[in-house]
Amino acid sequence: MKTYCGALSALGDPTRRAIFEHLGERPLAVVDLAALVPVSRPAVSQHLKVLKGAGLVRDEQVGTRRVYSLDPDGIAVLRDYLDRFWNTALHSFKKRVEQLQEETNR
Amino acid sequence: MTETTSTAVRTTITVDAPVALAFTVFTEDMASWWPADHHILQAPLASMVFEPRAGGRVYDVGEDGSECQWARVLVHEPPHRVVFSWDISLQWQVEEDKARTSEVEVRFIAEAPARTRVELEHRHLDRHGEGWEGMRQAVGSPEGWAVGLQSFSRRLENATTP
Repeated sequence: MKTYCGALSALGDPTRRAIFEHLGERPLAVVDLAALVPVSRPAVSQHLKVLKGAGLVRDEQVGTRRVYSLDPDGIAVLRDYLDRFWNTALHSFKKRVEQLQEETNR
Repeated sequence: MTETTSTAVRTTITVDAPVALAFTVFTEDMASWWPADHHILQAPLASMVFEPRAGGRVYDVGEDGSECQWARVLVHEPPHRVVFSWDISLQWQVEEDKARTSEVEVRFIAEAPARTRVELEHRHLDRHGEGWEGMRQAVGSPEGWAVGLQSFSRRLENATTP
């Protein structure tokens, strides 16, 4: 059976994923990216913000341009990403378990 | 930079609940706490299934009936220990090559009748392999793109913070 397994979190959005892939080829500025993907510049900036927040993308000021690239150390990206992910997940897990426990005690 | 050589992520949390409840909620009731925006299914999520036995499958089910198996249960020792594979590739697709998957071990330690310490280790991240090499190559330009980038971006962040 065909499965539809797309992406995880920050890479879940197809446009964001495309941006991520373009940056995998070379560092680019927002204006370059806007020419490569079918969304507006503000939308590109928004996607970059999410990717940056997820620790997948970094930026650097080069002259008057801010240039975006993938994190220079791959495994650190994955580590950061999973670290963040598991922290969020375990806090959510804690909330759920303790809520069930409270209901049992009532 | 010791972090960059490590191939595992570890995190611990203590919950005010008995060990058996913690184990069951973590495994069979996974859908109740798994971050809603972290599903690899494209369709809206209907449920998550965790088959509670070694060799069991872990999969998401979409509202349209599509399924995505993203893990295999490797060790199932209720209520103290569970190990499952992380069959998600660096391209964020399901990894068909099992040699290129990492694994997650979760231990449940009773600290008191109603308190459990949960220790999670996501390890063998290096098994995901070549993708990261490619990524490093992509950004490792001759000018040494990586050099000073971190302090630079930190400075940039400070500069842009009002």
